[in-house]
Amino acid sequence: MTATPLSNPQPLSGWGRVMTSVANFVPAHHAEEMSQYIRSAGSRGVLARGLGRSYGDAAQSGGATVFDMTTFNNFTLDPETMTVTADAGASIDSILREIVPLGFFVPVTAGTRLITVGGAIAADIHGKNHHLDGSFGAHVLEITLIDGLGDIRVLTPASPEFWATIGGMGLTGVIVSATFTVIPIQSSYISVDTERGKDLNDVMSRMVERDDEYKYSVAWIDSVATSGRGVITRGDHASLEECKLEGVANPHDYDPKKIATAPGLVPSGLLNRWSVRAFNEAWFRKHPAHREGELQGIGGFFHPLDGVQEWNRIYGPKGFLQYQFQVPDSAGYLVELALRKLREVGTLSFLTVLKRFGPSNEGMLSFPQPGWTLAVDIPAGIPALGRTLDELDALVAAEGGRLYLAKDSRQSPSMFARTYPRLDEWREIRDRLDPNHVFVSDQSRRLAI
Amino acid sequence: MIDALGEPQTVLVLGGTSEIALATIKQMPRQRLRRVLLAGRPSPALDIAVSQLQALNIAGVESIEFDAKNTDSHGAIIDAAFDVSDIDVVILAFGVLGDQLSAEADPSQAVEIATVNYTGAVSAGLHVARRLKNQGHGTLVVLSSVAGDRARRSNFVYGSTKAGLDAFAQGLDAALAGTGAHVLIVRPGMVRTKMTTHLPEAPMTTDPEDVAKVIVTALRKGKSTVYAPGPLRFVMAGLKVLPKQVFRKLPS
Repeated sequence: MTATPLSNPQPLSGWGRVMTSVANFVPAHHAEEMSQYIRSAGSRGVLARGLGRSYGDAAQSGGATVFDMTTFNNFTLDPETMTVTADAGASIDSILREIVPLGFFVPVTAGTRLITVGGAIAADIHGKNHHLDGSFGAHVLEITLIDGLGDIRVLTPASPEFWATIGGMGLTGVIVSATFTVIPIQSSYISVDTERGKDLNDVMSRMVERDDEYKYSVAWIDSVATSGRGVITRGDHASLEECKLEGVANPHDYDPKKIATAPGLVPSGLLNRWSVRAFNEAWFRKHPAHREGELQGIGGFFHPLDGVQEWNRIYGPKGFLQYQFQVPDSAGYLVELALRKLREVGTLSFLTVLKRFGPSNEGMLSFPQPGWTLAVDIPAGIPALGRTLDELDALVAAEGGRLYLAKDSRQSPSMFARTYPRLDEWREIRDRLDPNHVFVSDQSRRLAI
Repeated sequence: MIDALGEPQTVLVLGGTSEIALATIKQMPRQRLRRVLLAGRPSPALDIAVSQLQALNIAGVESIEFDAKNTDSHGAIIDAAFDVSDIDVVILAFGVLGDQLSAEADPSQAVEIATVNYTGAVSAGLHVARRLKNQGHGTLVVLSSVAGDRARRSNFVYGSTKAGLDAFAQGLDAALAGTGAHVLIVRPGMVRTKMTTHLPEAPMTTDPEDVAKVIVTALRKGKSTVYAPGPLRFVMAGLKVLPKQVFRKLPS
């Protein structure tokens, strides 16, 4: 075979900046044009990419045609039906800026709003309300998809193709647009209760006891302290009355700003045992032992890191990975074990996040299952890290848990196949939608998805 | 795809019995290795190399037929290897030392050395580069030699083929810039292998395992040129600028 020159070769990598491959990066303009690309795809295939917030190699595909979906970004709100219909490249950020002042909010938001609707569906993202509301896919009413033959399909939750696409990492086709429900809110503020847990047991039992009383809940864990102490923040959308009581002048205002940009080149040396320990200590102390009803803005509560542009650079030139696993309640001990093993191997993490998941949805490759999920940032380049993570993988798998594909950049193909038991079912549907396997990513090759 | 922890999944060795290449595979992170192709002329040595790696529980080790001199066959062989799956690391490791004095007496022997070491490498290297560029990632490791840094009386036929190969690899790296594919040029000094057992040992002589360590580190750090051992870089920098009269008087 002969290689065709790429018209716009561009190196692409994930948010962790660890793996890079070069693809033909094409701005998406309209569905018909994308269909043409798909129909004439070469052996390297096609993939859609949003804002590149998945950590590993899910949104890149070496040698392929990769659509830059961010140029395809219109959306409309229908306040009557409380739905948004959006192009796949529309960002949650742009949607929030439009709908929050009108008194609506997205049904699920991840820890960053700098993601696209297409990415939210493909990764079936979850947020702080998963224990009550499930993941993003549970709120999608309709998906328009270009399949592997270049044909446009409209999928609804009644079809298995829909549920293969929810969490399907863009491998069932190019998501062109989608309609999802939004929720009404009285204000752009969250009424937040904060409490500190003196150790991991304390944090976890407080979460089990009272998470259900709040719409949103998450815990930050001090990854350096051996106790596993942490801070639980939980909240609900604040009512107009609460805002009035607190003296909020414009309860619908929403204007998240960039507060800083991380320096372009952080020397590896800056990130060390002492700086991370100091950060963790300061973060723990910054939160009161107990505080109720504090009003926080949407940005501060849901997307604290979005204020720092390119914060992924703080881990230095080698980049980083995120290890996020999920286990059922019966295997809650793995949270402590994972934190201990990672501490022993010398990982340095600023933001270690613990969260309770509610029920799964019908998405065949959707990540969440009831129980616990722990996410830990890990700088790349720590010796012996691979072995430690492989050991943790085995324990997670043995307990019926799994890793989040949107974060994964290193699991083995067998770990993946073992922990996503509906993979074969998914493959059957994928083969119907994409018989020639046009849709491939570096991740799908790496994991033999 | 080499994963976030630097673990490759697929490796192709051109010159599958190369002790340096085999030592490199043995030292590579290999939790994720699932395909290792040893390409060479069918021989008991090639079979032994395959079983050695298999004995280490490395998955997917197989040999494929490849002759450096048969350049017409290179395209099809390399395409077949890449058509099955992406290849993360290709080690261009074949080469012959030959005997300098007999090669001078019988130029056909010199042609043989040049054909394997240079012509064969140019052919295979270009085919590999085409496929790495096509897949948008991957590294071609080229085993060059310090013998190519400055020609010496004692081995200039071999040295000139390595000089040519080295220049080729430098240019290829430039040609691949921005494609996601990379070239790593490795310039070992004298290495204790079956190729050199009959020769007196030079200063800074190393073992294949030492060179392998240099290669694995260079791959992890994404370097483009390394000497093995590392300090040879400075020795060679000095030797290259020595006046001819002095250089020729150095012990070979």
